[in-house]
Amino acid sequence: MFASLAERLQETFKKLRGKGRLTESDVNEALREVRLALLEADVNFKVVKDFIARIKERAVGQELLASLNPAQHVIKIVHEELTTLMGGSNSRINLAPKPPTVVMMVGLNGAGKTTTSAKLANLMRKQGRRPLMVAADVYRPAAIKQLEVLGGQLNLPVFSMGDQLEPVAIGLAAVESAAGAGRDMVIIDTAGRQEVNEELMAELENMKETIKPHEILLVVDAMTGQAAVSVAETFNSRLGLDGVVLTKLDGDTRGGAALSVRSVTGKPIKFVGVGEKLDALEPFHPERMAERILGMGDMLTLIEKAQENFNADQMAKMQKKLRSMEFTLEDFLDQLNQVKKLGPIEQVLSMIPGLGGNKKLKDLKVDEKELVFAEAIIKSMTPAERSDPERVLNGSRKRRIAKGSGTTVQEINRLLKQFEQTKKMMKQFIDMEKSLKKGGKMLKNPFFS
Amino acid sequence: MGLFSRLKESIKGGSQQAAAASETTQEPELEKTGFFGRLKESLTKTRQSFVEKIDNLVHRHKAIDEDLYEELEEILVQADVGVNTAMELVEKTRRSVKERRVDDAGELKAILKEHIREMLGTDTASLNITDETPTVIMVVGVNGVGKTTTIGKLAHYYKSRGAKVLLGAADTFRAAAIDQLEIWAERVGVEIIKHREGADPAAVAFDSLQAAKARRADLLIVDTAGRLHTKANLMEELKKISRVLGREMAGAPHEVLLILDATTGQNAVNQARLFGEAVGITGIALTKLDGSSKGGVIIAVKQALDIPVKLIGIGESLEDLRPFSPGDFADALFDE
Repeated sequence: MFASLAERLQETFKKLRGKGRLTESDVNEALREVRLALLEADVNFKVVKDFIARIKERAVGQELLASLNPAQHVIKIVHEELTTLMGGSNSRINLAPKPPTVVMMVGLNGAGKTTTSAKLANLMRKQGRRPLMVAADVYRPAAIKQLEVLGGQLNLPVFSMGDQLEPVAIGLAAVESAAGAGRDMVIIDTAGRQEVNEELMAELENMKETIKPHEILLVVDAMTGQAAVSVAETFNSRLGLDGVVLTKLDGDTRGGAALSVRSVTGKPIKFVGVGEKLDALEPFHPERMAERILGMGDMLTLIEKAQENFNADQMAKMQKKLRSMEFTLEDFLDQLNQVKKLGPIEQVLSMIPGLGGNKKLKDLKVDEKELVFAEAIIKSMTPAERSDPERVLNGSRKRRIAKGSGTTVQEINRLLKQFEQTKKMMKQFIDMEKSLKKGGKMLKNPFFS
Repeated sequence: MGLFSRLKESIKGGSQQAAAASETTQEPELEKTGFFGRLKESLTKTRQSFVEKIDNLVHRHKAIDEDLYEELEEILVQADVGVNTAMELVEKTRRSVKERRVDDAGELKAILKEHIREMLGTDTASLNITDETPTVIMVVGVNGVGKTTTIGKLAHYYKSRGAKVLLGAADTFRAAAIDQLEIWAERVGVEIIKHREGADPAAVAFDSLQAAKARRADLLIVDTAGRLHTKANLMEELKKISRVLGREMAGAPHEVLLILDATTGQNAVNQARLFGEAVGITGIALTKLDGSSKGGVIIAVKQALDIPVKLIGIGESLEDLRPFSPGDFADALFDE
C-alpha cells in the first residue's frame, strides 16, 4: 500500500535531475515526502513536525545541497536522526539493591500486559532470575486465570488473591511473600485502563507509592495511532516510567507509535513482542525500528534469522553447486525446507526492503502444504530426473510422477518453473557476493543502491 | 554462511559508521533534552480537543488562506483520519469554499463536517438479523481489541430485548479466553457452548450452531481468537470456522463483525482489508471510544473499503455498546 520512502524520494529527485543545484524549496519538497511517510506510519503529528525541523537544519545547511545523490543523502540523514532519536538498545531491568526487584506492568486495555508479563518472566528466568508473577488485574473477567494458565505453561509461580481485594493489597502481599519463597523478582500485572480514567490512574499512583516498584514498564500496542502521545505522556507524568514494551510488532504495522512514545517520554523502549509464543519477546533494536517506520523492511532481522537457521556447511555446498550449475531438484527441496525454518514465508518477505507493502506478494504466497507436494513430486522422480529435469522429463514421465505423488502434471510444471526461477535467483545472489568480495557495490537495497 | 555474515556486516557497518559519526559531531544528551523539552512543551500546549483546535484555528484566521488549510489537514491527521483522507477532505472543503464563495473562516467547520458525514455515509447500518433463526454472528479481530467484551455487551443488548442468545467460545487459543466469555455469559444470563482450551475452534463453532438450532436460539454469537491479520495460517483457520458455519446453515455466518480498537492508527485499514479478504466482513464495531482517541481511522477505513460501522463501544459497563450513527460520529468529532 505504501511506496517505500526511498522510492518516493528517488521519484521526487528525478524531477529535479539536471538542475545542477538544489534549492531550499527542492529540499522542502523532499522533506514533505519524509513527513508523509512518517505520518502514514502513525508517528504523532507533533513529533513529525519537530523531527522534520531537525532534519531540515541538517539538510539545508551544508550537506545536501552539495550532495551528488540527494535522495540517498536525505534518507541517510533521516535514518541517522531517527535511529539516534530512538535511543540505544537498553533492555536492562533496574534491579533492586536488595531483592526482590519489583516490576510493574501498566498500559491501556488490550495492549498485551498479561501476555507480556509472562513473556518477561520467561526471559528473566533465562537470565538467571527467579520471577514471581502477580495477578493484580481484578477487573477484567478471567484475567487472573489467564496469568495462572500462562504461569502453568511456563512452570513459573503466580501469586493471586482473587478479585475481591484491592490491587495495592495484592501487590504488597506478593512482594512480602516473594522473599520467603526465594523469588528475587516480582512482576505485577495490573489491569488495563484508559489514561483519561482519573480513578484508575489514581489507583496506579497509589500502587506506586505503596509498593515502590523498581521498574515501571508501559506496554504499548505497536499499532496505536496518534493517541500514543497522550497515552505515553499521561502514564509517564503520573507514574514516572522506566521503560516501554512495544507489542504486536509481528504484524504489518509500521509502528510509528514507537517514535511518538519515545519522543514524549524520553524513556527507552526496552523490549518488543514479536509473536504469540511465550519466548517471543526480544530486545529493542532502534535501527531496525527506524527502517520499519520508513517502510524500508528489516534486512538485519532477516539475515540474522537466516544465519540462525541455515547450516554453514550446507550453504557452502549449495554455493559450490550453484557456481558449477549443478543445482538439482534435490537441492531445491533442501532449500525449500530451510526457507521454511525461517518462519512463515509472508513474514520473511515482509522484511525485505521494498517488498514490505507489495500487493503482488500475495500471489507469491507459499503454502506450507505446497512444500509437502513439492517433496512428494521430487521424491517420485528417478535420480536422473532429479538432476536434470529439463532434459529428461517428457509428458509420459510427468504423468507417471503425477500418479506417484498424487498430484497433477500442472502442479509438476509449476514446481519446475519455480525451480528454474530459484536457480536464476540464486545465481544472482552468487554474482552479488562476488562483487561484494571485490569490494564493489553493496547489497542492492534502497539504502545503498 | 560467508554470504550472510558479509551482507550483515555491510549493512551494519554502514549505519554504525553513520551512528559513530553523529556521536562525534554532537552532544547527544544535550541534543535530546533540548528536543524532548521542546516537544513536551508543544504537546501540552496543543492537547486540546479536535473542536477546540478547529475553533482556535478559525479564530486566528479571519480569512481563508493556505495556512488555514494546512492546519486543517494537520488537525485531521491528529484525529487518525490518515494523511491521504485528510488531504482529500481538505481538498473537498477547499472546492466547496470556492464554489459557494465562502469567505468567512467561521463557516469552515460546518463545511468540513458535511464532508466527513458524506464520507461516512448517511445510513445507519444495523446488524443483519435474519428471519430464519438462529442468526449467526461471528466476531473477529486482532489481539486485544475487545472482542470478548463486545460479545458480552452484544448478548446483553439482544437478551434485554427478549431474544434467546447463545454464545460459542471458539477462542480456544488464548489462555483463559473461554473463562472470560463464561463470566460474561453468567453476567448476562445466557448459555454458552465451549470445548477445552486448545480444541479445534471450527468444531466449537459446529457444536454451537447445532446447539443453537436444537435450543431454538434466536442469536448465536461466535467468539474467535484474536489474530494478526498477516498470519496466513491463522486466517485460514478463521476461513474454516466460517466455512463450517456456512455448511451447517445456509447463509451463516450472517454477520461477520470486525472489532477495531479506536486507538489503532492506520493499520486498521490493513486489518479491515485482510480480514475482509479472508472472511468477508459485513460490519465493524469500534471499541474503546471512551479513551482519548476519537477513532478517526474509521473514516480512512470507510474511504478505502466501504465497510459500514455498525456498533461503537463507549465504556466498560454492559450498556456501553451503541449503534453507530455517522451523523452523531461526525458531530462527536466536533463536540466537546
